[in-house]
Amino acid sequence: MLRIDRATYHAIVAHARKDHPDEACGVVAGPEGTERPERFVPMLNAARSPTFYEFDSADLLALYRDLDDRDEWPVVVYHSHTATEAYPSRTDIGYASGPAADPRTHYVLVSTRHHGPETGLAGDDVEFRSYRIVDGEVSEEEVEIVESYLFGHSPTTVVYD
Amino acid sequence: MAIEVRIPTILRTHTGGSKTVEGSGDTLAALIDDLDSKHSGLKDRLVTDEGKLHRFVNVYVNDEDVRFTGALDTQVKDGDSVTILPAVAGGC
Repeated sequence: MLRIDRATYHAIVAHARKDHPDEACGVVAGPEGTERPERFVPMLNAARSPTFYEFDSADLLALYRDLDDRDEWPVVVYHSHTATEAYPSRTDIGYASGPAADPRTHYVLVSTRHHGPETGLAGDDVEFRSYRIVDGEVSEEEVEIVESYLFGHSPTTVVYD
Repeated sequence: MAIEVRIPTILRTHTGGSKTVEGSGDTLAALIDDLDSKHSGLKDRLVTDEGKLHRFVNVYVNDEDVRFTGALDTQVKDGDSVTILPAVAGGC
């Protein structure tokens, strides 16, 4: 299960909306070894494409150096699909199954396919789904939105599935 | 002095959990061979059966992505810092 705070959830959705019709991408960092996505880090889609995303090679190095300095790792890697469903593509699965990709990563997919560039997303009408991808095998996981990590175990939790 | 190599989290299973290891060699290929002699299995994760750097892996010598500097033939020397990272990309 992915447990993520509401502000980060909205930040990911807002990024996907802003970059539509191109794919948006980024990470949510957290303390290394934990499952806590705490720090939203939007990245530039170097491909600037509606069908492909990639972190620029130099940006990737800078990102990981920063994570290293903070003793963090990417708990979540997110990207948007702008014309297809929020499900990992063959390309997504290939990269996520690469020999240096950590299978403990949560891959979040957001789809903005129902939304034109003028209208943007309507309310919460957006696909926001999370997956584990291990050796080419995709398994979807539940996403739990918490109000915040500080008060994350309060009964105000809302579960989206 | 040696070449410092930063290892991504998932490959630390080959380095006894170490974040950084040291190695030597004149080229990236030689460095990887040296690392593999001490940390068995590492080479298989980085280099394909055809002897090329795996396309889903990024390797940097200092600040340079080796894709632009000769890949496995990239020259390295004592004091260099090598970073191995998972490439992050995809598409619909």
